[in-house]
Amino acid sequence: MNITLKKRRSQHLAFGIVSLLTYSIVAILIIILAFIIIRGIGVINWEFLSTAPTDGMTGGGIFPAIVGTCYLILGSAAFAFPVGIMSGIYMNEYAPKGKLVRFIRMMTNNLSGIPSIVFGLFGMALFVNKLSFGDSILAGSLTLALLSLPLVIRTTEEALKAIPYSFREGSYALGATKLQTIRRVTLPMALPNITTGLILAVGRVSGETAPILFTCAAYFLPQLPSGVLDQCMALPYHLYVLATSGTNMELQRPIAYGTALVLIMIVLLVNITATVVRRYFANKVKMN
Amino acid sequence: MKKFIEKIIQGLFTVSGFVTSIAILLIVLFLFTEGMGLFKNKLVEDGYQLVVNKQNDVSSLSAEQIKDIFDGEITNWNEIGGRNQEIILFRLNDISNYFTDEELGSELEFVPEKISELIAQHPEMIGFIPQQYIDNAFKGKVLEAGKIGFSDIFLGKEWIPTATPVSFYGILPLVTGTLWVSLVAILLALPFGLAAAIYLAEMANHKMRNILKPLIELLSGIPSVVYGFFGLIVIVPLVQKLFHLPVGETGLTGSIVLAIMALPTIITVSEDAMRNCPRSMREASLALGGSKWQTIYKIVIPYSISGITSAVVLGIGRAVGETMAVLMVTGNSAVIATSILQPLRTIPATIAAELGEAPDGGVHYQALFLLGIILFVITQIINSSVEYVSAKNKI
Repeated sequence: MNITLKKRRSQHLAFGIVSLLTYSIVAILIIILAFIIIRGIGVINWEFLSTAPTDGMTGGGIFPAIVGTCYLILGSAAFAFPVGIMSGIYMNEYAPKGKLVRFIRMMTNNLSGIPSIVFGLFGMALFVNKLSFGDSILAGSLTLALLSLPLVIRTTEEALKAIPYSFREGSYALGATKLQTIRRVTLPMALPNITTGLILAVGRVSGETAPILFTCAAYFLPQLPSGVLDQCMALPYHLYVLATSGTNMELQRPIAYGTALVLIMIVLLVNITATVVRRYFANKVKMN
Repeated sequence: MKKFIEKIIQGLFTVSGFVTSIAILLIVLFLFTEGMGLFKNKLVEDGYQLVVNKQNDVSSLSAEQIKDIFDGEITNWNEIGGRNQEIILFRLNDISNYFTDEELGSELEFVPEKISELIAQHPEMIGFIPQQYIDNAFKGKVLEAGKIGFSDIFLGKEWIPTATPVSFYGILPLVTGTLWVSLVAILLALPFGLAAAIYLAEMANHKMRNILKPLIELLSGIPSVVYGFFGLIVIVPLVQKLFHLPVGETGLTGSIVLAIMALPTIITVSEDAMRNCPRSMREASLALGGSKWQTIYKIVIPYSISGITSAVVLGIGRAVGETMAVLMVTGNSAVIATSILQPLRTIPATIAAELGEAPDGGVHYQALFLLGIILFVITQIINSSVEYVSAKNKI
């Protein structure tokens, strides 16, 4: 009896501590989000989103930074999405199972473990200096594309793996070639899960600062970039600049809150979209 | 024709399959070609030489000695094995103290000659002059300038990249800074992360999981600049007030921010590990009269310990490589920190802060690439060890 009581007490205590620690993580997240939302929401309006910074970063909006981030997302997607998806297809559909796939998977994991600043160094050495793209959207996009590749490859591979082999066999039995099977059967079925990965990759690209520090990002540009060899501003770098340097910290603070909130909103949007896509797909599969 | 196209597309797939391997190869190649050039450089700033009088017994100086001489810490030649003479420093802009403008010529064409004369006249003088002024007619003695060696970098206790006449690229302050910040961050994050993993794997019902999982994903999706910004505004003043410090930008501030950022990695990986614990083992424990908590800490945690270790190691990897947040809150002072409450500086923060100012291809640039190599090697070791452990467990 005594032992049971003791056991129950220690379990209560342990579970209490575990729950407390878990909820405190949620509390931290809520504090961070609330802090930025409350301070930033007053700053954001249409004018803030659609005008350029004025008066040495102490006034105006963040329009060029939003445009720059969009260019970087598009640029990196143009490279990383097709290559990443093709790489995922190769790993799951073509490559001989065994050592080769394991090797490629290891390389992909290793690439995803490289710190973002090292990507920045590499991008600067190869794209900016060696290929002499200079500080440009092209160099920044390629650097960011490399960084998001592992995410795209991994989600594609996993999405393809989840499709039962019988579907492919059915397609082959009807006389389809391997490529036809991939194009008409496998890929469409895996598409929702792949899309989730792509959306998450966009989220990752939109928030990265270190890789574009030396490959693309500009402190301030009076006009929007006119081509892929121009520099551009970007939201995360803009926030860094507003938070750490500048002429008037007091006047910059509200703009920094606004920029942080825009970044947070992008992340929220990305996460919600990804979750919705995933849930929608899960329901659809159940119905089948 | 159709078969031909199919072959081409298949080839494209194959090439794409190796894109990550090629990327890693290129990264290694470029980091090393840019970074290893560092060891070919001389200690003294490029394009300059140190010169002394021909009668001077000293023929070579170490980096520390050169720095101490020009900082005025060493004032007599006998301190470094020479004669008992006061050292006179000579830098190029001191030349007007010795000669009039007319003597130097209207186009400054007599400068090399005059410097040569000056050095010959003063046996106690040491000069720091451009390489181009030294020709065959030079009457002084050029000091042998050693090359930057491995020990200067890997055992060097000072990181002063922009000093003249010698810069210091000792990585010890940066390495200790990085270790301090990431280890403390993991110590802070571990209890929270482990608790959340236990909660998610063992205690939470389906509904709770559906709420918590997306929240943790959100935590990992927030950009590091936003964490840095939050740290700067909230945690920096907090740390300053709590510990009564002159500044709040300390290693601890960085650790707290990094701890929050490392949480998602720790939680996800260790939760997965706990979920892999076979049901039969749990049931056996419960059947023997173990409580749920006893089952967790006597069965589930020991069973998944290698997964939890992987989580910790991956968390450290994340912390070591994190750049922006750390750059914004740790105070960036490149001294060997003896306490976590001091401002310090990590390897990635150094690269981010200094690469913009370092001229392409210069010594400083190469030193920063060397830091990149170190960072790359550390994270690759971490990744490979995790992979090795998890591959072993699967078999």
